[in-house]
Amino acid sequence: MPLVDGFSFDLTVIWAGIIAFAVLVYVVLDGFDLGLGMLFATERHRHDRDVMMNTVAPVWDGNETWLILGGGGLFAAFPLAYSLILPALYAPVIAMLLALIFRGVAFEFRWRTERWRGVWDLAFIGGSALAALAQGITLGGLLQGIEIDKAGRIYDGGWWDWLTPFSLTVGVAVMVGYMLLGATWLVMKTTGELQERMRRRAWPLGVGTIGFIGIVSLWTPFLQEGYYNRWFADWRVALAGLVALAVLAIAALMFKSLTVHNHEYRPFILSLLLFALCFGGLGVSMFPYIVPTEVTIWEAAAPRASQVFLLVGAAILLPVILAYTAYAYWVFRGKIDPDTGYH
Amino acid sequence: MLGSFDAVLLARIQFAFTVSFHFLFPAFTIGLASYLAVLNALWLKTRKHHYLDLFRYWVKIFALAFAMGVVSGIVMSYQFGTNWSVFSDRAGPTIGAPMAYEVLSAFFLEAGFLGIMLFGREKVGEGLHMAACAAVAFGTFFSAFWILSVNSWMHTPAGFEIDAGTGQFLPTDFWQVVFNPSFPYRLAHTVTAAYLTTAFIVGGVAAFHLLRRRRRGQRASTATRTMFSMAMWMATLVAPVQIFLGDAHGLNTLEHQPQKVMAMEGHYGSHPDGAPLYLFGIPNDAEQRLDYAVGIPKLSSLILKHHLDAPLAGLDTIPDEDQPPVAIVFWSFRIMVAIGFAMLGIGLWSLWARWRGRLFEAPWLHRAALAMAPSGLIAVLAGWITTEVGRQPFTVYGHLRTVDSVAPLAAPAVGASLVAFIVIYFAVFGAGTFYILRLMSRPPVFDEPTLGESSKGPVRTAGLTPAPEEAARRPRAAQPGE
Ligand code: HDD
Ligand code: HEM
Ligand code: HEM
Repeated sequence: MPLVDGFSFDLTVIWAGIIAFAVLVYVVLDGFDLGLGMLFATERHRHDRDVMMNTVAPVWDGNETWLILGGGGLFAAFPLAYSLILPALYAPVIAMLLALIFRGVAFEFRWRTERWRGVWDLAFIGGSALAALAQGITLGGLLQGIEIDKAGRIYDGGWWDWLTPFSLTVGVAVMVGYMLLGATWLVMKTTGELQERMRRRAWPLGVGTIGFIGIVSLWTPFLQEGYYNRWFADWRVALAGLVALAVLAIAALMFKSLTVHNHEYRPFILSLLLFALCFGGLGVSMFPYIVPTEVTIWEAAAPRASQVFLLVGAAILLPVILAYTAYAYWVFRGKIDPDTGYH
Repeated sequence: MLGSFDAVLLARIQFAFTVSFHFLFPAFTIGLASYLAVLNALWLKTRKHHYLDLFRYWVKIFALAFAMGVVSGIVMSYQFGTNWSVFSDRAGPTIGAPMAYEVLSAFFLEAGFLGIMLFGREKVGEGLHMAACAAVAFGTFFSAFWILSVNSWMHTPAGFEIDAGTGQFLPTDFWQVVFNPSFPYRLAHTVTAAYLTTAFIVGGVAAFHLLRRRRRGQRASTATRTMFSMAMWMATLVAPVQIFLGDAHGLNTLEHQPQKVMAMEGHYGSHPDGAPLYLFGIPNDAEQRLDYAVGIPKLSSLILKHHLDAPLAGLDTIPDEDQPPVAIVFWSFRIMVAIGFAMLGIGLWSLWARWRGRLFEAPWLHRAALAMAPSGLIAVLAGWITTEVGRQPFTVYGHLRTVDSVAPLAAPAVGASLVAFIVIYFAVFGAGTFYILRLMSRPPVFDEPTLGESSKGPVRTAGLTPAPEEAARRPRAAQPGE
């Protein structure tokens, strides 16, 4: 099997790493703007809503492109996984796509009408909330495992299999987590009363996020034996304990920085770290499976020729993309001027 | 059996519906992105204000159309997995890479610089802003490049071998996969189609305002006239090119997918000594003949083989189970070609009017241009339907059948999502189209407000990022003749 072939082993792991990276970047970037979308519901004043939306208007498309890279990369590098996961999670995936339509067009439509502005505001809120929920459910559905036929190439379950208490819990967890990202993002990008309100909202959202991290982390190992052994067999308990400590430490720092008036960037950076850490934990649970616990990354991998062909371009283009994405964020850095917006 | 067939049919309808909707937006924005880059360059070069006004006018429309293109495109990138998972598993190793290249080289480029193009003029300076406009235009082109390469591979697969165990298509030569035989033709024809589509929309909007001004006995602004003139040059110069490219594309198809051409031409039977070109007829699949056929003898042989008496085989030489449905292909092809010649007609007409110095005083030309405004969109869809339906019953031509490509989904799941797509697409994109039309119904004005500013007239909107107070609106001088 491919394990013997050292080179192909490396390539597959590299590809798994690239895709994991794309998904992580997506989660944190689109995470804050989906979270911001949900927080729209808590701000009734049109002017505050304008300001909130303006903080993400120039970057949301770029943020969402990481989702396409996640899907496209999976299709190219792990076609089998792509073709098992998407039919299995059909309903949440379609719901997410439809929700993203509402959320995406609201960025433009809301400025084009007076009478219907409220409707597009609702589309923005609802779209963001549903997209976040569906993404969480997708993650939960994947973690709890999906049914595959004997030959191992076709999804073999029903179209409601994904719906369990666990997947719903992960769905809500992701919603709360995204709102935390959104609130801390706004602390960074806005001023005055709006900023103060966001600072206050970040508190319960932070507590909720930590709570959900705890629940999901404790629940996951009991879903499948594989996960349990990953975290609790022999010395690994110590690792699990360390991760838990790290989460708590970051959370403590975040709560502290929320109380310090001139800490404007720090809460956001710390909540990003929190997400990165959880994502790492997820990696520990799943690796080397891409469809837990049925298909490993090597079984799902595209042939080496495909991997090499794509890696050449990715090695050149990804750094370039990161550079100009950073540039775009830099151009629009700093606080949003509440009175003018971008001109 | 019936159940699985239903799921296949529903999945096909769903794919056709979502991709057709998606393609309408890129067909417009590919051309518009280039048009905006040209306008901006002209403004920087000449410092004539109407170029800046036109840029600001069209960039608002661009932002709307682009957003709709993005959200409908994201749906597409997941449709392969949700609805065509077996196809994805098999073909992913070969076409996954070019599709991922589209993300890396095109989507990020567009998305990264879009913000700067829309809001960044003052933040980054004119030079970098121009670069951002160019980056977005190139991004749309790269996007077309890769996705059309993938699509062409499905029509004329090359550079692969089939793995005996998994049935996957494994790449043997990526150069051949990307530059497969139909790709150069399809790329040239489709990108040109996008330019024509945009030209006719721009020309139609200009014609509308020319007519309106005329009715009020006023002279149209320089901006409106420039817009019309530029659009008509495109029609004059590019429509003939498109017809030439279409012909070349058809010859290539004859070589690689003969039964598609048979369906386009309505050739059920073989013509050993010269085939007629059917202008009209009712395809009758059951009887395998073209009813009420009206044709020009031997013309089809002349076009396809460059010889009056060249023999042409018909669908009678193709096994039944490999034949595409004829009627759809036959009609959609005729719609596209008719529009192509109508575009050529407008181009020549405008040339004549221009030569007589009456380009802006030719109401019938303006009416025709207005009527032709959506013609590019219709031709583009008709062209795709010809191509895609003509490929049936295969997804990967000659190698993988559509019925064997579909995901293992229950028909109700696909049906429910199909209904959701239809309702939501019509509601959301219908609203978007309405907003675009409303922007278009207002002429470009001197010192056109930017995306971030409010505009005059009934549309009391602002751009993406407006100043909140309408009262802050800058009073704007009217241009002479405005
Ligand atoms: C503004 C749009 C437009 C216009 C005016 C035309 N076409 Fe077209 N045509 C397209 C837009 C298009 C397209 C959307 O770009 C297609 C669909 C897929 C493709 O490859 O190009 C296409 C496909 C297509 C095909 C099918 C290729 C295949 O087998 O896959 C042929 C033979 C032609 N065209 C030929 C013509 C001719 C002879 C035209 C002129 C009289 C013409 N087209 C005008
Ligand atoms: C953008 C314009 C496009 C339009 C309007 C279009 C239209 C269609 C239509 C009408 C069908 C259904 C054919 C039938 O079942 O009778 C179809 C099927 C399909 N097309 Fe396209 N298509 C477009 C682009 C593409 C591209 C770019 C790709 C690939 C990258 C693609 C891949 C497919 C696949 C996989 C199917 C499903 C299998 C099949 O029924 O053939 N299409 N498309
Ligand atoms: C089934 C095939 C297709 C898939 C999977 C697909 C996928 C996508 C995706 C994911 C986006 C959003 C990109 C972003 O976030 O910026 C997009 C937008 C775009 N696509 Fe498609 N696409 C398909 C067909 C086509 C075709 C046939 C063309 C052109 C010939 C095209 C050209 C574009 C362009 C230019 C954009 C930028 C947005 C716009 O201009 O409206 N796509 N597409």
